[in-house]
Amino acid sequence: MAKKRVVTTKINGRPVEFLCEPRQTLLEVLRENLDMIGTKEGCSNGNCGACTILIDGKAVDSCLVLAVEAEGMNIETIEGVASADGLHPLQQAFLEEAALQCGICTPGLIMSAKALLAQNPDPTEEEIRFALAGNLCRCTGYDKIVRAVQSAAKMGCASAAK
Amino acid sequence: MATAESDKTGLSSKGKYKVIGTRPIRPDGVDKVTGRARYGADIRLSGMLHGAILRSPYAHARIKSIDTSKAEQLEGVYAVITHKDFPDASDKIAELGEGSVNLKHLSSNVLADDKVLYKGHAVAAVAAETTHLAYEALDLIEVEYEPLTPVLDVRKAMQDDAPILHENQRMEDMSPDATTSDKPTNIYKKFFFEQGDPDAAFEKAHIVVEREFTTATVHQGYIEPHAATAVWSAEGKVTLYTCTQGTFTVRQQVAELLGLPLSYVKVIPTEIGGGFGGKIRVYIDPVAVALARKSGRPVKVVMDRASVFEATGPTPGSWIRMKLGVDAQGKIVAGDTEIAFESGAYPVSPIGAGCMCVFSCYDIPDGRIIGYDVCVNKPHSAAYRAPGSTQVAFATESVVDEICEKLGMDPIEFRLKNASVEGTRRVDGVAYPRIGLVETIEAIRDSEHYQTPLAGPNRGRGVASGYWMNAGLKSSVTATVNGDGKVSLVEGSTDIGGSRASIAMQFAETLGIPMEDVVPAVVDTDSVGYTDVTGGSRVTYATGWAAYEAALDVQRQLCDRAAEFWEVDSSEVTYDKEDAAVKGPDGKSFGFVELAEKVTQASEPVVGRGVSNHNEPGGAFGTHAVDVEVDPETGKVKILRYTAAQDVGTAIHPSYVEGQVQGGVVQGIGWALNEEYFYDEAGVMRNASYLDYRVPTCYDLPMIDPILVEVPNPGHPYGVRGVGEVPIAPPPAAIANAIYQAVGVRMRHLPMSPPHVLHEILKKEG
Repeated sequence: MAKKRVVTTKINGRPVEFLCEPRQTLLEVLRENLDMIGTKEGCSNGNCGACTILIDGKAVDSCLVLAVEAEGMNIETIEGVASADGLHPLQQAFLEEAALQCGICTPGLIMSAKALLAQNPDPTEEEIRFALAGNLCRCTGYDKIVRAVQSAAKMGCASAAK
Repeated sequence: MATAESDKTGLSSKGKYKVIGTRPIRPDGVDKVTGRARYGADIRLSGMLHGAILRSPYAHARIKSIDTSKAEQLEGVYAVITHKDFPDASDKIAELGEGSVNLKHLSSNVLADDKVLYKGHAVAAVAAETTHLAYEALDLIEVEYEPLTPVLDVRKAMQDDAPILHENQRMEDMSPDATTSDKPTNIYKKFFFEQGDPDAAFEKAHIVVEREFTTATVHQGYIEPHAATAVWSAEGKVTLYTCTQGTFTVRQQVAELLGLPLSYVKVIPTEIGGGFGGKIRVYIDPVAVALARKSGRPVKVVMDRASVFEATGPTPGSWIRMKLGVDAQGKIVAGDTEIAFESGAYPVSPIGAGCMCVFSCYDIPDGRIIGYDVCVNKPHSAAYRAPGSTQVAFATESVVDEICEKLGMDPIEFRLKNASVEGTRRVDGVAYPRIGLVETIEAIRDSEHYQTPLAGPNRGRGVASGYWMNAGLKSSVTATVNGDGKVSLVEGSTDIGGSRASIAMQFAETLGIPMEDVVPAVVDTDSVGYTDVTGGSRVTYATGWAAYEAALDVQRQLCDRAAEFWEVDSSEVTYDKEDAAVKGPDGKSFGFVELAEKVTQASEPVVGRGVSNHNEPGGAFGTHAVDVEVDPETGKVKILRYTAAQDVGTAIHPSYVEGQVQGGVVQGIGWALNEEYFYDEAGVMRNASYLDYRVPTCYDLPMIDPILVEVPNPGHPYGVRGVGEVPIAPPPAAIANAIYQAVGVRMRHLPMSPPHVLHEILKKEG
C-alpha cells in the first residue's frame, strides 16, 4: 500500500487537514474519513451526480477526484449550504415545491443548482435543464426540481449564494 | 370497520377538508435538503468492518469448488462466507406483500449453491477492515466453474432444446387441457383465464388485429445502491440497519434464511434512496448478518452500481401476442393474448399481475389470457412500479390504436365507448367497484393539450390508458398525545416519497389539528406493530387508514378523560373535529391543546392505536397524451409535451401526488425510449452503468403536466386510492402511437431507441 498523504484544504469555509491514501477519492474521504455523509454515492463513476460538490465554485463529481488532488482547494458540500440564519433559498424552494421524493439525489442537485445560479442568476428553463443534466433523479421526473430552481432564482438566490 | 366519511358519489375533495388537499412542507424535508438524513450507506458503527461480494463471471455455470483459504489468511480479513454458511433452506413460499418468494431460491440467490444462474450471481463474501481490503481479498478466492450454455431470451428458453436452469423444475399448467409432463423445463407456470367464448366472438368480429410485441429487460434504477449493516450479539440476536421498502419483510427473510427466531431480528430502517419495487427482496442483508456472526464485529455491505444492475431484480423482458376484435360500431367483442415474461434466474415474475392488467381498461365480454413464467439466465426479476402492467399496456394500447385507425375513430371516442366502468367483469374474473377510468379519458379529451392541434413535420400525438390494482395489506401506528398539544405518530412504513406527510395529514384531519402538530417517526421492527412493505401503492391508503383509526382512538380516550374531569358519563362527551375540541353537557369544552396539557399532568397518558388490514384499495387508472417529434435521419424521438390524467381517489398532499404521476411517467418514458439490458451472447450485460444504460436526464424532458381526477375510493375513510404505480404503464404505448402519427411506423419493440426507430423508418421507405 502506498504511503498515506496529508492534504490541506478548505471545506465549507474552514481549513481542514486530512490524511488519506492516494487511491481514495475525495468522495470516500469526505464520507469515510471526515464523516460528512451529506454527499451521497450513487455510482462512483461520475454518471449520477449524487456526489456533486463545489470545488472553487465549480460543480464537480467528488467520486472522480482523488483526495490528494484536493490540496489547496476550496471545497463546498451540502453541509455548508444552510447557515445559522436558516436554509438557503434553494433548500427552501426544494421543500416548498416538493422537489424531492426519496431525497438521495437532493444534495447533489442543490450543489449543481447553486453553481448554476452563482454564475447565471436568471437562467431559462433550458439552461437549468442543461446545468442539471448530470444529476440523475429517478423519482420526480425533474419537473418540480426545475420549478424549484426557477423559484429560488426568483427569490434572489444569487445574492444569497455570495 | 370504520364508516367511510367520504362522499361516495362526489368527484372532488376540494373544500371538504381542513388538512387534506393542502400542501404543507414534509416533516422529513429539512433533513433531506441539508444532507443530514441517514441513508443505507451512511451508517457507521464502532468497530465496523466492510463487506464485499464475489460475483460470478459466467451467466450459467456449475460451481465445482470454492477455495477461500488464501483470502482468510490476508491480514485484516475477519470472515469469509459461502452458501455453506447458511442453513439448508426449505421450499417454503414467503409472501412479501408485493410478490412472493421461494426461500430455497432466495437462499441460492443471496449466495449461489451449486450453480450460478446469471453474470453477477453472488458466490462468496468477505468482511475486512476496509472496503479496499475486502475487494483485495475477493481476488484471492478461487472458484472452479464448469461453464454451461446460457439462455437469455424468453422464447428460446421456452423451446424444448433450451438449456435448462433448474433440472428439477416441471411446469405447473393451469389451463383446462393441462397435461402433466416429467420433462425439465424453464417454464415455471402457465396461467390461463377465459371468459365467454372468444373463438366464436372473433368469428363474428368486423375487424380483427393480431400483433406480436417484445420488450427489453429494464431496471428500477433507484439512485441509492443497496446497503446493509448488521450487528450480531453473542446471545444470537441481530440488529440490522438497512434501506428497504419493508422492515418486517426483511426481518422475515433474514430470520428464515439464517434459521433465527423472527423476534431476534431487529430491523432498523434508514432513509431509502428509491426502490420502486426493487428493495423488497433481500440480497445483501443476510450476507451482512452472516459476516457479522462469523467475525463477531458489525459489518456493513454496500453494493456497487454495476452489481445493482447485474444482480438485483430488473423487470422482466417479455414477448406478447395480442389479438383484439371489434364490431362495425367499434365495440370490442373479443380479446385473446399470450404473454411470456422472463422471470430471470428463479421463478416467479410478475406475470400474474400482467395477466390481471392486460385487458383491465376495456369491457371485453369474450376473452382469453395465457401467461408464461419463464426462467432465463438473467438476475431474478423483481417488482417494478405496477409490475407487469407496462409491458402488457404497450401491447394492448398499441393494438387498440391500430383498430382506431382502421375504424377511422378517434382514440378518445373509442376508449369512452369501451372503457371499464363499475361492474365491468375483467377476463380474469374480477368485477370492478366504482372506478374513474372514464373520467381520466374525459379529462384528456377536455385538456388544453388535446384541444390544441399539433402542427409541424414528423410530429405526432398518441394516447394510451393504463391500470394498477393497488394493494391494501397490514399497517400499524401508535399516537402519543404530548403535554404541549402535539402528537408523536409512530409508524412502520418506510417513507420513499413523502408518506410521513400523507399519513400525518390524515391523522391531523381526523382530529382537526394542524398537520404541523403531528410529529411522525418511522421506527424499527421492535417499536411498532407489524407493517407490510411500502409497495403496491398501499401506504397512503393503508397506513393512512391505520392513522385514521389511531386518531379515532385518541378521540375516544380524550372524551373519556374529559368525562372523568367533568364527572359526567362519557356518553355525554363528544369530539368535535371542526373545533378540535372535546365537548360535554352545559357548554363544557376543552380545546385539544388544553386537554392534552391537563391529561399529561393529571391523568393516564393518551396513546392511540390504529391498525388496518383492508382489501378495497380501489384500482387506479390513468390516461395519457403525448406529442413527439421524430428525427427521420437518426430515429431519435423527442418528447414535446406530456399530459397525464389519473384517478387519484383523494389527493391527500397534491404536490406529492403530482410528483408520483410525473415520476412514473418519466420512468415510463425511459422504458419507452432508452432503457434496456444489453447482453452479449455469453450473457454478460454490456451496459451495467448509468451512462450506458441511460435513464432519462433533466435535459431529455419537457415539464410533465398531471391532471388529478378525484373519484373517491368508496373503500377508504377519505377516499384514498394508491397513485404511485399506474403512471408508468401508459407511456410506452402512448409514445408508440405518437411515433406512428409522426412518421407512419408501428413500433412493436421496446425500447424505441434511435436504431430501432430508424430501422423501421428505413424498412418502410424500402
